[in-house]
Amino acid sequence: MTATSIRGGRRRRRRTPDPISDQAMAYAFMAPAIACFALFSWYPLVRGVILGFQRVDFVTEPEWVGLDNFRAIFGDPLFWTAWRNTLEFTGLALMFGYVAPFFLAVVVNELRHFKGYFRIAVYLPVMLPPLVVVLLWQYLYDPGNGLFNTLLRGAHLPESQWTQSPRTAMLSLVLVSTWANMGTATLMYLAALQNIPGELYEAAELEGANVWQRLRHVTLPQMRFILLVLLMLQIVATMQVFIEPFQLTGTTNPDTITVMVLIYRYAFTVNHDFGMAAAMSVLLFLVLGAFSAAYLRLTWPNDR
Amino acid sequence: MNTRTSGWMALASIVVLTGCTGCNRPQGGGGAGQEKGAGGESGTITLTVNALPPPTEAFERQVFLDDVKAFEAQNPNIKIDAHEGKMDPRTFTTKLAGGQLEDVFYVYFTDPPNLIAKKQVAEITPYLDTIPAAKHLRPELLEVFSGLGGKVYGLPWKNYSMGLLYNRTLFAKAGLDPNVPPKTWADVRTCAKKIAALGDGIVGYGDYSKSNTGGWHFTAEIYSLGGEIAVKDGETWRAAFNDERGKQVLQQLKDMRWTDNSMGARQFLEWADLLQMMAAGKLGMYIATSDNVPVLVSQFKGNYDEYGLGPIPGGKATLAGGEGFMFNAKASPEKIKAGLKWLAFKYDNPDRLGEQYQREAEAKQPVGLPEPAIWTGEPRQKLENALREHGNLPAQNYAPFRAATGGVPLKLEPPLAQRIYAVLDTAMAKVLTDPNADIGALLEGAEKQANTILATVK
Repeated sequence: MTATSIRGGRRRRRRTPDPISDQAMAYAFMAPAIACFALFSWYPLVRGVILGFQRVDFVTEPEWVGLDNFRAIFGDPLFWTAWRNTLEFTGLALMFGYVAPFFLAVVVNELRHFKGYFRIAVYLPVMLPPLVVVLLWQYLYDPGNGLFNTLLRGAHLPESQWTQSPRTAMLSLVLVSTWANMGTATLMYLAALQNIPGELYEAAELEGANVWQRLRHVTLPQMRFILLVLLMLQIVATMQVFIEPFQLTGTTNPDTITVMVLIYRYAFTVNHDFGMAAAMSVLLFLVLGAFSAAYLRLTWPNDR
Repeated sequence: MNTRTSGWMALASIVVLTGCTGCNRPQGGGGAGQEKGAGGESGTITLTVNALPPPTEAFERQVFLDDVKAFEAQNPNIKIDAHEGKMDPRTFTTKLAGGQLEDVFYVYFTDPPNLIAKKQVAEITPYLDTIPAAKHLRPELLEVFSGLGGKVYGLPWKNYSMGLLYNRTLFAKAGLDPNVPPKTWADVRTCAKKIAALGDGIVGYGDYSKSNTGGWHFTAEIYSLGGEIAVKDGETWRAAFNDERGKQVLQQLKDMRWTDNSMGARQFLEWADLLQMMAAGKLGMYIATSDNVPVLVSQFKGNYDEYGLGPIPGGKATLAGGEGFMFNAKASPEKIKAGLKWLAFKYDNPDRLGEQYQREAEAKQPVGLPEPAIWTGEPRQKLENALREHGNLPAQNYAPFRAATGGVPLKLEPPLAQRIYAVLDTAMAKVLTDPNADIGALLEGAEKQANTILATVK
């Protein structure tokens, strides 16, 4: 016994001081993945940040310009417009895209027949490439002969300009985005719903809880974690909305310019300035990073 | 121990496998990258050029490839490596950064000032006298490709000016005379109302507001009223469109869109949209260049007899633009000389025009669109003779445009035009989509942004 424990102790002592060589094998296996990440993920990230402080023409050596790029974007009247639009989009997307999938999941979960069919049907739009989704909705929204206006005309209701009018543009974009992305969130909610032990509902029913009370006192607390994670993912994703405003209203409409569209505009249409685009990207990264950190800080300790 | 050994073996096999994938990769197939060192062992220069038409344009592609063959036969020490594609501002910098930009590349008249200012193109002034026709090029066109001190960085090839393209059939249906297109913007408004009254989704007058085309048309329209986009104030440029004429352009569009309802409900249109509507017989008029006509027929299945071209309404001046070629900043002098030879053979060559038009006419390609010549003097005479001999388009349909050509001054695009156009797109989009758009505020906002852009012009 003693001999074994001494041997064991020796082995432990010998192994702890040198974790690198001891785990060389694991590191060797990880090396290709780390190399790929470094080359294709981290290097562009770092390069992007550096680009935000440079003037680049791709012929001569990049020139350091300090905070010039940041000064230029802060002086752009569209800067605040883009942030305001992005926040408006995020707010509307949360109202629709965060709440709708939850109720959809609860409804699908309650179904006794065709549950599998509805699960697939809800997920179908996610499988369409985003550009196809947007082009499809472009036809629906077309103010001339689009489906929506044809229906309104048929019902003798006033037609709408959908993506073109400043009043309805943002809402129209949010609807496209919600329709396209609802499936993933619904499936995650469904998975979480199915993990809630049935006994809890049985107990609640025995206590005489009605549907609303079961939702309020059993479902919501049990799903708290997934609700919080999805809220953060949703905010981070919708703050980066690009394809809907870009494809449906272009890079020039101040009513729908979002931060990502403005970055594209800086790089490719108006300014042709990759430094400005990179500086704006850095700002977006900082905002989302700060938000995520604050969010985690606020939600995690309570969870433990 | 056993797990460790098998682990190492697994890793070794991964390394061997990935290593072998590396071995199998063909070596040195890097295309343009390989040609970097100019002049091979035998003194042969490989010149990369673009503007090779895609396989969908079979005739044009064959002409291009035949020209390459003929040129290489005449110049055995130059090999042409032709790539498809033209100037696309969105991919240009990426190609340049990746070393994939051709030695000689296609540009629109809107691009040279920016490329020259950013030092992304090579100077060709010292070699210019090797091109015989260069001294006959219209000086204002050569100026588009010139920087400070008259240094030249490229050569023009084609030149266009804007007019009013209209559908003769719809004109007749609406009780208008197809041989008399509107001469003023007030006429355009009246005609548009009559055409839109035909119903069936027909739009009287169409205009752009997306992908820089809105700003491009705004420019043509303000020029037609005698206005300006940008003017030089001493050494610096400033925006000049925020005036009565700028307001008039936007007010006219706003009135046609919201008061007359003659511009259709669908907006945010870009280049191909109006062509599509015109070819489908759903559009009465729009501002265009004559080269839209063959595109309407070949790509959008339209009919040559349906389209007429009139002068730009207002007629105080018209926007003129064009195309040309520039040289990669990294190209060696040998490559620049070879590139100039290629341009002088394929594009800027008045002596080959007759042969070229004959070939196009025989292949039932359109010859004889009304376009301003890029030359003066003797080469211009050769061009006109060749057109007279081989022209095959319904010339009477373009008679109003031709008749007015001499009297309407040509005005080139403003500096950093594409960027200014992108700014002006917003104003166009707003008046066409928002009945409450504030024209004064739109022009003021655009002026501020344009001034920031113009401040970078060197």
